[in-house]
Amino acid sequence: MEAVVDVRGLMCPEPVLITRRELERLQKGRVRVIADAAAARDNITRLAQHAGWRVTVTAEGNAWVLLLEKE
Amino acid sequence: MRGKIPILVTGLITGALAIFLMVRGNPPNMGLCIACFLRDIAGALHLQTAAPVRYLRPEILGLALGAFAAALATREFRVTGGSSTVTRFILGALVMIGFLAFLGCPLRMTLRLAAGDLNALVGLAGLVTGIGTGVLFISRGFSLGRATPVARANGYVFPGFIVLLLVLFLAAPALFAFSKEGPGAAHAPLALSLAAGLVIGVLAQRTHFCLVGGFRDLLFFRDYYLLTGLIGLFAAALIGNLLIGNFHPGFANQPIAHTDGVWNFLGMTLAGLGSVLLGGCPLRQLVAASEGNTDAAVTVFGMLVGAAFAHNFGLAASPKGLPPAGQLAVAAGLVTVLALAAVLTAARSATTEGSVARGSGS
Repeated sequence: MEAVVDVRGLMCPEPVLITRRELERLQKGRVRVIADAAAARDNITRLAQHAGWRVTVTAEGNAWVLLLEKE
Repeated sequence: MRGKIPILVTGLITGALAIFLMVRGNPPNMGLCIACFLRDIAGALHLQTAAPVRYLRPEILGLALGAFAAALATREFRVTGGSSTVTRFILGALVMIGFLAFLGCPLRMTLRLAAGDLNALVGLAGLVTGIGTGVLFISRGFSLGRATPVARANGYVFPGFIVLLLVLFLAAPALFAFSKEGPGAAHAPLALSLAAGLVIGVLAQRTHFCLVGGFRDLLFFRDYYLLTGLIGLFAAALIGNLLIGNFHPGFANQPIAHTDGVWNFLGMTLAGLGSVLLGGCPLRQLVAASEGNTDAAVTVFGMLVGAAFAHNFGLAASPKGLPPAGQLAVAAGLVTVLALAAVLTAARSATTEGSVARGSGS
């Protein structure tokens, strides 16, 4: 199972809010987050790391993909 | 803490530059104020005609250009638009009316606090009340909806407008109206103001510095990242004020401020609520507009128009207090924004609901 969270086009704090809701629901596993604002990318990275998720960010076209993983 | 050092430094440098700009000529406790400076720009552009508050503040131009350059250099310039554009314009105008009832945006509120102006403490309480109210709406589903990518050229319109203003300022300053006395006539040398704006613009773009976001993220996520910037701003300004002998604790006789607590509070409640629904304070909107967010650019234009209305219709405060028309405008603004927030929360944006897909991925 991998959840995909698309927060493109949303302004703060919605990207973080939506991602947090999904991380709290899943507790662990893999979540792919697609963001197109640098603020969203950095805020989600901070939130996820704080909650113990490993974060890998890659630039893909006009967006960033954040792979969040937790065992 | 290590991750917070860049934003702490951003706050410290912004606070230090604000004090320096004040020493070099900017108005008292107004080394920097995004709302007041946009209002002065509205005056310079003949959108409002209040004689004491008209100047094409180079800090704002520098800020936008610094953020634009930083976004381009780091490939963070992303052009989007179409998220409740007209609503954002109106919200921008209404938050400006709130800020001008208090006489300052969150940036100047912090500078006023750091100079001992206790009216700013009342403003802060109003701001946090407004932000808290907005957080309640957002956590119940309020959304202005999703922006979508638009043609890249759209992203250059706002920075292009700023460049045009700067070129005209240098080449044909007579086009603009400048105050001969009052706060608009108090300003640091152009090059200094512009350079300070550029530095803050770069730093704010890199760190996503936002003064409304500081309280919002604390309430929402117990996250202190953005608030660290505000603390840095306060600390540097406080030290600067103590060094230059500009710390005078009290309510009465504070420069470019009034002591009407009710309207200091309610003005900032309106501004805080509107700003959190918009996704950030005026500084953040200005930076986002320069990063290609065309909705934020429309918000900034809404703020300019709000400032024009505030002064043309006698809605803005003066050191004497908030005139009755301004009190009515703040009350009507609060009712409008609350009603709008309630309606959009009830509608629970389908785009937000649809942002999570679950299934067997790779």
